[in-house]
Amino acid sequence: MQRIGVFVCWCGTNIAGTVDVEAVSEALKNEPGVVFSTNYQYMCSQAGQDMIINACKEHKLTGFVVCSCSPRMHEATFRKTAQAAGINPYMIEIANIREQCSWIHKDMKEGTEKAIILGKAAIAKVNLNSSLTPGESPVTKRALVIGGGIAGIQTALDIADAGFKVDIVETKPTIGGKMAQLDKTFPTLDCAACILTPKMVEVAQHENIRIFSYSEVEEVKGFVGNFDVKIKKKARYVKEDICTGCGLCTEKCPMKNVPNEFNLGMDNRRAIYIPFAQAVPKVATIDPNACNMLKNGKCGVCAKVCAAGAIDYTQKDEIIEEKYGAIVAATGFNPISMDKFDEYAYNQSKDVITSLEFERLTNAAGPSAGKLLRPSDGKHPHKIVFVQCVGSRCDSCAHKGKEYCSKICCMYTAKHAMLTRDKYPDTEVYVFYIDVRTPGKNFDEFYRRAVEEYGVHYIKGMVGKIMPEGDKLIVQASDLIDNKQIKIDADLVVLAAAIEPDKSARPLATMLTASMDTNDFFTEAHPKLKPVESPTAGVFLSGACQGPKDIPETVSQAGAAAAKVIGLLAKDKLVGNPCVAHSDEMMCNGCSMCANVCPYGAITYEDKEFRMPDRTTRIRRVAVVNEAVCQGCGACTVTCPSGAMDLKGFMNKQIIAEVDAICK
Amino acid sequence: MQKITKDILIDKSIELLSSGKVNRVLGWKNGEFDYDVTPYVFKTEEEIKNDFVFNGFSGANFSKYLVKETLKSEEKVLVFLKPCDTYSFNQLLTENRFARERVYAVGIPCEGMADISKIKALTDEAISKISFEGDSIKVDTLYEGEFTLKCEDVLLERCVNCKSKKHVAYDELIGEDGEVIDSHRFDQVEELERMTEDERFLFWQNELSRCIRCNACRDVCPACTCEKCVFDNPESSLNNKAISDSFEEKMFHIIRAFHVAGRCTDCGECSRVCPQNIPLHLLNRKFIKDINSFYGDYQAGEEKGARAPVVNFTFDDIEPGEAVKRGDGDNA
Repeated sequence: MQRIGVFVCWCGTNIAGTVDVEAVSEALKNEPGVVFSTNYQYMCSQAGQDMIINACKEHKLTGFVVCSCSPRMHEATFRKTAQAAGINPYMIEIANIREQCSWIHKDMKEGTEKAIILGKAAIAKVNLNSSLTPGESPVTKRALVIGGGIAGIQTALDIADAGFKVDIVETKPTIGGKMAQLDKTFPTLDCAACILTPKMVEVAQHENIRIFSYSEVEEVKGFVGNFDVKIKKKARYVKEDICTGCGLCTEKCPMKNVPNEFNLGMDNRRAIYIPFAQAVPKVATIDPNACNMLKNGKCGVCAKVCAAGAIDYTQKDEIIEEKYGAIVAATGFNPISMDKFDEYAYNQSKDVITSLEFERLTNAAGPSAGKLLRPSDGKHPHKIVFVQCVGSRCDSCAHKGKEYCSKICCMYTAKHAMLTRDKYPDTEVYVFYIDVRTPGKNFDEFYRRAVEEYGVHYIKGMVGKIMPEGDKLIVQASDLIDNKQIKIDADLVVLAAAIEPDKSARPLATMLTASMDTNDFFTEAHPKLKPVESPTAGVFLSGACQGPKDIPETVSQAGAAAAKVIGLLAKDKLVGNPCVAHSDEMMCNGCSMCANVCPYGAITYEDKEFRMPDRTTRIRRVAVVNEAVCQGCGACTVTCPSGAMDLKGFMNKQIIAEVDAICK
Repeated sequence: MQKITKDILIDKSIELLSSGKVNRVLGWKNGEFDYDVTPYVFKTEEEIKNDFVFNGFSGANFSKYLVKETLKSEEKVLVFLKPCDTYSFNQLLTENRFARERVYAVGIPCEGMADISKIKALTDEAISKISFEGDSIKVDTLYEGEFTLKCEDVLLERCVNCKSKKHVAYDELIGEDGEVIDSHRFDQVEELERMTEDERFLFWQNELSRCIRCNACRDVCPACTCEKCVFDNPESSLNNKAISDSFEEKMFHIIRAFHVAGRCTDCGECSRVCPQNIPLHLLNRKFIKDINSFYGDYQAGEEKGARAPVVNFTFDDIEPGEAVKRGDGDNA
């Protein structure tokens, strides 16, 4: 028989304000197994914990229930308290009477009634609790960073500098990500390449970093400290270790009309290409969809001109298997597609471009060698209209855009406007905006400079329609401050397209069992206190895959994620979670359904010999759980048709006892 | 009622038995009355010649019997499988419930089986003799005289809604294989869905309140092959042997429907054996229909080793919220 103590916390007025704590501790006194019940202002305080420890000793408690805040806040605290009192830490339960009760009730009577019920349920569970001991598992001292943009680069560098091995997996042929495509960076106007490429080189040269470019994560198994990852290295048909990056093949290749994705299709590249001059690794890649040799077996020019003999048309995708202790998702973002925004004529006119395309147009390494020319006729535009919030903050247009603010557009649009006026003072620049949002160090000053010093026309109002007319674009818009409709005959229109997480993020989240929000941004473990951890242990978040971010924010988050990874890898052993699945082999049917649903691959099957009640022996196929791999998610327990699979600490009968206590 | 005769099956049984390919035969034998044909394990030619029957009452699905039968001997057992039985056979193989190598499966065609409840309703409770003649059934009763019924009027519910005349698993086939049938088996489920919540509750209360908790549905169900059923397990807190309140009489069947969700092949044995004529297959069919509409058409047992949608994950799966929404839509 258990001897259970009940400790009701006031949490100042957080709980006591809407729950009669005295009545709760009084009511729970008479529950089965309860030998002691009290309440106190702050149970989590040292005084509160001492109170629990003393009660445990005085009343010889075998377990206790704390009626307080969410177990996410203080379960760990009270487990330690139990241990200090000589009780197994898994002999305690938390009844959440704050988040699930006092905070959502206004009426004292209702709140108190519910708190008592929640307390009864926890007591019913503790009555069936048993002592659990966690196991230990070793930590593989190597980290995987998925994504080689500025977020992934910074995270990898910080981890590597702390002395741990890091692998970067990047789907593109080069690392660098979106930042490599940018021209200048706000608010200081440094050239993006000038500050990014030294970091790229540092990554390439770092003894602790390996880069898997043109590669994808294929499969993730295992758990914190012990992930088993399969990485698919796509065939680039060029031997990476032999190619010198001289670029001769990229000049001689006869397939000249392949849209260049680095310049967003505004110019062409060859079938064999190096994305840009400072690419890391500086190695050519053959595009199998464009190469005549790979498609039809005719050509072979690149192999002929390559002095190093690096071309290999027979190369195959390669699977690399590696173990990691921690994984960082840094999959970044993309501008959304403009296909659904017919009103802005993006697909009708070449002179309606996105902001990222504008970056390439103004970049010295871009399609126009840095001269701002109209894509349609190569003429210099004299009137440019920037449209902000295209697909961002969409309430009514949520079917094609995003409800959130993309955060970076106000600043880069101010940058674009300012740079245009600086370089081409004969150009008139208009910016249409809903609000200008500039919270950030030196951000508002930057925006005001664009308006005050550079004479950019900021107009509050949205653009309704853009109509190509001759070589002009007629921009129809409303000016909300002057309360009038305006028409501008622009030469070029730049759309600040909303940003969204990269498409690879969702399948990756599934592999990592990391959660996502409705917009496919990775969810952090706690919005304030654990902003770089995913709720899945050992998986961390870096950069815009977690939410829209500019470069300074991305870099600081990348460093924070690295710090968390370093903290994990510095440990030799991790204490596991004892609340893992366990199969009752006498009841197991061997149907394999649990193994099918297990996201961690923790369940295997064995043929075991059993002595049956009729004294015969029978070989039966039964499930066996690898306790080090099991994460206690419970998917197997609800799938098991016979109820053979159960979760320690959350046994079916404990849960039914809780439900019974609530329904009584 | 059946196109093949028992003689073909007897010959096949004796052939396989005498050649040593199998050492026993899972077949049908007459019971006390003409209509309670019973599964039986024949071990000798003698037994087979004397007792083997196959007629419109040979409804029993033998798949489940293989779970225990294959444990008894390493030698093969011969089993006769109607098309619908082969789905259960596959499903049990998918769940590793018996050793395939210990079974010799002979697929037999089926023209539908007779429902004794329907026959009794059309004639009399006291039946002294029943014989099948082509498409009609001759029934002699003690008090009401003789009747001649058309087979199609007295088919089992599952045969009226037959989903397939195609065998999905066998070692050998007698006769020609049929096709999957475009059945109307969800019509009645849709009718239930159109009811208001209260009407539906009353419908089920009326049906399920007749349950005497004999466990026949559970015992005959080929999806219910657990080493220890939760309803027999004192640890499960669900193990009351008799119905103690009206809540429990419903929960037994609803829990059972959940347990077999995604695994039920819609073989209809539960309804066939229910002594209280509760339309239990309707509960299962609602699940099958929902699984089809949420995750795409899926027929349990159609393919050996297939992953049922409820224990599988694909990127096309609908979000749980959407499932709830559609569920609400059905109620409205």
